[in-house]
Order: sequence, then structure tokens, then C-alpha cells
Amino acid sequence: MGKTLTQKILEDHCEEKDLAAGQIIQCRVDIALGNDVTAPLAIQAFEGLGIDGVFDPDRVVLVPDHFVPNKDIAAATQAKVMRQFARKYAIKNYFEVGQMGIEHALLPEKGLVTAGDVVIGADSHTCTYGALGAFATGVGSTDLAAVMATGRCWFRVPEAMRFIYHGKRQAWVTGKDLILHTIGDIGVDGALYRAMEFTGEAVASLSMDDRLTMANMTIEAGAKNGIFEVDETTRAYLEGRALRPPRVFRADTDAVYVEERDYDVSKISPRIAFPSLPGNVRPVEEAEDIQIDQVVIGSCTNGRLSDLRVAAKILAGRRVHPDVRLIVFPATQEIYLNALREGILEVFVAAGAAVSTPTCGPCLGGHMGILAEGERALATTNRNFPGRMGHPKSEVYLASPAVAAASAVTGKITHPARVAGEESI
Amino acid sequence: MKFSGKIWVFGDDVDTDQIIPARYLTSSDPEVLAKHCMEDADPAFPEKVGRGDIIVAGKNFGSGSSREHAPIAIKAAGVACVIAESFARIFFRNAFNMGLPIFVCEGLSRVVKEGDVVHVDGDKGEITIEGKSKRFRVAPIPPFMQGLIEDGGLMAHVKKRLAAQGARPAV
Repeated sequence: MGKTLTQKILEDHCEEKDLAAGQIIQCRVDIALGNDVTAPLAIQAFEGLGIDGVFDPDRVVLVPDHFVPNKDIAAATQAKVMRQFARKYAIKNYFEVGQMGIEHALLPEKGLVTAGDVVIGADSHTCTYGALGAFATGVGSTDLAAVMATGRCWFRVPEAMRFIYHGKRQAWVTGKDLILHTIGDIGVDGALYRAMEFTGEAVASLSMDDRLTMANMTIEAGAKNGIFEVDETTRAYLEGRALRPPRVFRADTDAVYVEERDYDVSKISPRIAFPSLPGNVRPVEEAEDIQIDQVVIGSCTNGRLSDLRVAAKILAGRRVHPDVRLIVFPATQEIYLNALREGILEVFVAAGAAVSTPTCGPCLGGHMGILAEGERALATTNRNFPGRMGHPKSEVYLASPAVAAASAVTGKITHPARVAGEESI
Repeated sequence: MKFSGKIWVFGDDVDTDQIIPARYLTSSDPEVLAKHCMEDADPAFPEKVGRGDIIVAGKNFGSGSSREHAPIAIKAAGVACVIAESFARIFFRNAFNMGLPIFVCEGLSRVVKEGDVVHVDGDKGEITIEGKSKRFRVAPIPPFMQGLIEDGGLMAHVKKRLAAQGARPAV
């Protein structure tokens, strides 16, 4: 029986052969990731084993990003636990404030993940690396501890759903809009326990940044992982960056998918996820005139350079609406530096935006942009659960950076074409 | 595994931000987390819940973040087990790893009400509501995960494997 792309990668990483969906396997793990919220619990569990080191110090990656720069003493203590662990076990892939980034933007940028990898991370958005043709999935802290000790992780071989995108995208429509549309179509548990495999000419035309955005949000449909086929865009991205050679796997032509969805992207306009589920998705045309108090541009979903470029294109020569706070978070130090050199950060500051150092802060209601009761935000992040960004009675709408920038100018949710014309960049 | 207890009923898609909001994630102390368990779904829950009570929820319980703080908070609040129509996959793994018993049971959440008492027989794989005759089937736990439970959780399982091999297993 034919295998899916996900099954091919898993089979390459385990002893078992002829995998079938539902089977439990033990896989070799290429990269294991933790952050300042999840690593301290993993470290506690790891230290209880009484062994003298991690399975491979070069394959463990630790990134303080959630509550850094340390927001309070408790956060500082957690970051310190992780820093000391990294020193104790000579983990060189620990990224200090000033060199770090939001983990899921940072790992691809640093070339730590490559095509064909099996990656686990104690963070649900670890699925982001599927954009590179890797199998990547989120786990908990105890699973991370077990992998740090053994280099292996158990998985249930997932069934797969195939998503085929064809046609030409409308102006201002990005990977964010395609994935929001898809989650809106299948629901927040529409891919529960499954792999989401993306294909079709309309995804082949997407940039790596757009693919990373799409894979990032597959967890919002309940998926185990999301994955793209390796093509020229992938190779160009990995070239000169990936620290290990890419390994390219392909789905069998007779691979079995439990479900297939076909989308004509020419019919998809910018999309908005309404409170309080990422699957509560409607076209921007049905959201216009909703007033907002805060706009957040950034996160592991949409804080990459091309995201900032689109936002700057719309904000150039314009002002943020006086009733709106616009907060921009470049996702990594490198993105920050490049945005600085390109003049993008100047555009933001001149428009009246606050520009922050990289952090997950506001996305999860941690710090740097918390909402009060009754306030409403439009964010380029990935979740809009009740209270996600602050008070339990605050609201979050999710959208692309283009919609976010246009909305910051008008003070209400707005199609980018209304502010910046019919031609997108 | 057998449990009997008073139930608290929640709907579909209860996410980990409702189970334990991120503003409390600067601690991993079970007692601290328990004080805020389910706070954004029901602010009074940490006060109301009693030791041995059971949570019954709809589909996709525990969706969202990978935070293990979620099952830790539920367990530390005294909840004996969680029964849902379905669980988000990372929460499912975490609950086993943390030793919080969870049961997938279709249909139960649609017919119970808060304060009902349910009886869970994990060995027979069935759940009943006190005063009612209908029996609900529990989805079987995969044998591999049963083995994890028998070993005492994932870390105990890893310890056993490491001891059996005299060192870290070859990668």
C-alpha cells in the first residue's frame, strides 16, 4: 500500500518497516526543542533520571522566547534554569536574549532543521518546520525529557489528509489567508491526530515565509503535523543555510489519504478568524467596520521579513489611527536587523507603531501588549481563544499582516486594497 | 482503574488557555497551578471543585498549547479523571505522561448535567450515570500506552529501559 510523505519520513527514522496508520513506532529524533515555559519542567524530569548527559548536545535546542526579556522574577528564574542546564550539558544551541528569536522563526533561519528531519518540540507550533519538508510535531515537557535522554520518541503513525490548492491568488491574499480558509473549512479538530499534506500549483507559488505560516497553524486544526513537498523554493531556502544535508522524500503515487480537499484560491479573499476559535473564519468583507483597540504584527506565524515588508508597504506615509495601539514584533534578531537596514522599522516608528525586540509576549497574553476587559485586538498570531491575549472578556481577531496594517490605519478591520490599492507586493 | 465522582460539565474545544491561562505559566508548582485551574472557562471552578470530582467535556478537550501545566493543574485541583468526546493530541500524550487518567467516551457529555455522579470502570471499559441504566463504552487505551501506565509513566518507562540496556540506548 502506498505511503504518504509523513509516513515515508517516519519509516526512515524507525526500525519498523511497512508502516500502517495507527501503528505505534519508536523514532530517532534529529532535533529536540524546548523554551522557557516548557524546558524547566523537562529539565526537572530529566534530572530525575540520574544520567550524565543529553543524547547529543548538538541536537538539543533551547530558546528562551515566551517571557523574555524576563518579564518578572518568576520568568527570570525559569530562564535561568534553562541557561544553567545548557551550560552544564554543553548545549551550544542555546540562544540568549540579543541573539535569539521566536523559536519557530529561529530554527529554520539558523539552518537547524532540514528536509527529511524528525523534529519534536515542547511547543505546539513545532509543526511549523513541515514547510521545509520535515516531520515536526509538538509534545509536552515530559516527552522532551525522554527524548533528551534517549534520542527517541514514540509516535502513532498518522493518517493523512491531502489539501490541493490551484488557481491564482487574489491581490493581498497570503499563506495566512489560505490556512485560515482551510481551518475554517475543516474545523479546529478537522485534522485531529492526522497529517495535513499540502500540494498544488497555488502552494508551489508560495514563498517559504508563506509556507512556514501555513504549516505553523496546522495545530489549530488539531493536526499532528503539516507538510509541504520539497521543491526549488525549499532547496533555495536551505542552500547555504541548513547545517545538515536535506533528504528529500516523496509520497507514493498510490498513497492513501483519508480525505482530500480541493481549493480554487482565486475565490479566496483575505480571511479573518473571529473570536474565539481559529476555525471561526469569514471573508474580510464580512468583518469590515469592526472597531479595534490594538493591532499586533509578529509571532511565529507572521513575524518574518516578508510579513514586515508587506505591513511597511501599507504603512509607508500613513499614520496609525489615533484610537489604535500598533505593536510590531520582528520574530528574530536577524529579521530585526534586516528590517532596520531596509528602513522598514523607520516606517513603523514614523507611522506611530511600537516596535519590540523578539518575544512571544503578547500572542499568549504573557507581556508586552495585554488586553483589558472588553478590548479587541486584530493580530497576525495563531490563536484567538477566550482570554488568549489578556482579560478573559477581551477579544482577538486573526488575520494576515496586510489586513493588520490596513486595519491599524483605519481603526477597524479593513481589506488592504481599501488603503493601499488593488496591487499587492 | 475505577472512579466514582460528582461531575463538572464543559463544552467543546476547551483549550489549554482556559484550563491554565498563560499568565500563570511562570510557575510549574502544582499547588499554584491548581488555584487557577479552568479559571478562564469558569472563574469559580478552583473554589468549587472537590477531591475526586470528575470533569466531563465535549470534543477536542485540551486543544492549543503543549503546556503540561494543563494536566498538572487539573490533577492538582483534585480531579480524579477527565472524560471527553475527544482530546487534542498533545493533551492526550501529556495526560498519560503526568498520570492524569483520561477516557474517550462518545455521547456521555451530551446527556449529563452538572452535579450528576458517574461511575467509571476502566477495566471493563464502561461508564454509567448514577440512577440511570444506560452504559457508555470507553474507547480502549492502545496497548503501548497501557504499558506506559503499568511502568508508572513515561519517565519511569525510560528509566527502566536505560537500566535494562546498562546505559543510554544506541541512537
